[in-house]
Amino acid sequence: MVSPPATTSSNSITRRFDALKKASRRALVCYVTAGHPDVDRSVETLRALEEGGADIIELGVPFSDPIADGPIIQASSQQALENGMTYDGVLAIIAQVRLSVPVVLFSYLNPILAAGADALSRAAAAGASGILVTDIPVGADPAREEWLGSSPLAFIRLVAPTTPRERMAEIARHGSGFVYLISRLGVTGVQETTERSLPDTIRRLRSTTTLPICVGFGISTPAQARSVGDLADGVVVGSALVRAAESGPEQVLKLTRSLREGLDG
Amino acid sequence: MATETAHRFGAFGGRYVPETLIPALDELDVAFDAAIRDPEFQKELERLLKEYVGRPSPLSTAPRLSETVGCDVYLKREDLNHTGAHKINSALGQALLAQRMGKRRIIAETGAGQHGVATATVCARFGLECIVYMGEEDMRRQELNVYRMRLLGAKVVPVLSGTRTLKDATSEAIRDWVTNVNDSYYIIGSVVGPAPYPRMVRDFQSVIGREAKAQMMELAGRPPSSVVACVGGGSNAMGIFHPFVPDRSVELVGVEAAGRGLDTGEHAASLQRGVPGVLHGSLSYLLQDETGQVHPAHSISAGLDYPGVGPEHAYLKETGRAIYVSVTDEEAVEGLGILSRLEGIIPALETSHAVAWVVKEKERWNTGDAVLICISGRGDKDLAQITEMGLLPA
Repeated sequence: MVSPPATTSSNSITRRFDALKKASRRALVCYVTAGHPDVDRSVETLRALEEGGADIIELGVPFSDPIADGPIIQASSQQALENGMTYDGVLAIIAQVRLSVPVVLFSYLNPILAAGADALSRAAAAGASGILVTDIPVGADPAREEWLGSSPLAFIRLVAPTTPRERMAEIARHGSGFVYLISRLGVTGVQETTERSLPDTIRRLRSTTTLPICVGFGISTPAQARSVGDLADGVVVGSALVRAAESGPEQVLKLTRSLREGLDG
Repeated sequence: MATETAHRFGAFGGRYVPETLIPALDELDVAFDAAIRDPEFQKELERLLKEYVGRPSPLSTAPRLSETVGCDVYLKREDLNHTGAHKINSALGQALLAQRMGKRRIIAETGAGQHGVATATVCARFGLECIVYMGEEDMRRQELNVYRMRLLGAKVVPVLSGTRTLKDATSEAIRDWVTNVNDSYYIIGSVVGPAPYPRMVRDFQSVIGREAKAQMMELAGRPPSSVVACVGGGSNAMGIFHPFVPDRSVELVGVEAAGRGLDTGEHAASLQRGVPGVLHGSLSYLLQDETGQVHPAHSISAGLDYPGVGPEHAYLKETGRAIYVSVTDEEAVEGLGILSRLEGIIPALETSHAVAWVVKEKERWNTGDAVLICISGRGDKDLAQITEMGLLPA
């Protein structure tokens, strides 16, 4: 039986987690902003992430008012917008690079809405495997959540440290691919330490879902990746890679490799 | 717990925020509903509105302006409130609520500085820590208000991102709230943001319309035929409109900032030139480009310089219950001069938009009309700016 393209696409994330599980490895999820520092180097950055050992790439769709982001990703978004990056520009990059690892679009809601009713199928056709929307929490807009959830893309939902357990279960039920656990209160950015309450939060979330759990916000070093990787199914590194992308693809490759080594220990 | 539809005005409003804030918004929903049903809370709010803010604010006749436009004009004098604008009505209500919720660190954003000053004022009154985010560009335009906030003990944090105005100050305040959500209360200055803010700010501001309704009967012996107010985010307009919404014979007019002209792309007329979109937690009309990026607003008045608008205004527009019009920067400055010379009242540049529209549209008024204008704030804060621009009469 031939599976429809939809299933193949969203399953690429699931397949990746299945393979990692068999190998007893954790997922390295890498975020960068599309079109930053410029369109050409953005493409090289993605190749460096792939070569350096990323399992999943979150590709940021720049937005003018990124309320969930700290200074590093804010600045990268602004730079990308100045470079003319748009939702369809991001899809063009995905189609051009043809990565061997799944790509998740990481976006605010407004640019997706502006991209029209077929925005999600266009993304799938370009080669994206999932979508994560920072500002549409579960229950906020059932019609648009249904639209996002029924597309060919995996719909990755977020859990916060403030989320009560019953709500965690509801969030996990309404998502696919993996659950993105925000490690701390606040916006994206690097920090030295890891939240003390994180192990408890992961345990609580684990008891509500069978989806893989990836932890993000504030993870920037191989050591942090390793300690968080001991608790979760994957770690997300964002701001540190965006900062490396400023310096060039070699820096991105170097950081990705060291994160990979840290995670694989 | 309120349902998802309870968070909306028709299709508009909602809660488009990071997951981290959802429990805090749920908590706020419950706390606000409990507070407004609590007679003790209402009594305390009323007492402070009277003894500290100076309410009720007067309703003034405007004989010379009335003569100029050819109908009876009445002015609801929010400029006479403590701190000089309507903003304190909501800042006071929310500060009382914050205390009730045990939150002693207050965050606010400000554009013109009026909301920042009102928030800093009530924080001083109750001994609360106060952090105000303000765009660097606005800090320059409204230097006096920056001094006032600092004098009142608030920490004013300059916002350097984006357009360095109200939009970015709001984003930065939200980022602070996401980071300090457990011990902080975010006092939003307008009828914008995620639910329940638009409803809550409207309810606290509705004291304007409730008083005006009774005062019109007392002073004019009839309700107004039109109620006119300026609209940026739209809190003074929602406050004065709300009690009149069920009374279909009262025309409701919101005046947006046309800036350099509606066709120049440099304006803040979200309801007239925007399309629905999501910014700062709610779905409403929004100035944006075709790729969904928010288009910077422009207005001579920092308080109207915002690319979004409260979701309830979007609803009133869609249902036709209110109409939305606009005047340019230049017309607004004229409006400021007209009210100053004719009535001895120097209005804020924001307010001047409402005044200017009533004057500009004098052809539409008939002798029997009673036009009620919300004088949302006083103009002292704007004098340095318009002098610098060479717009004051010599």
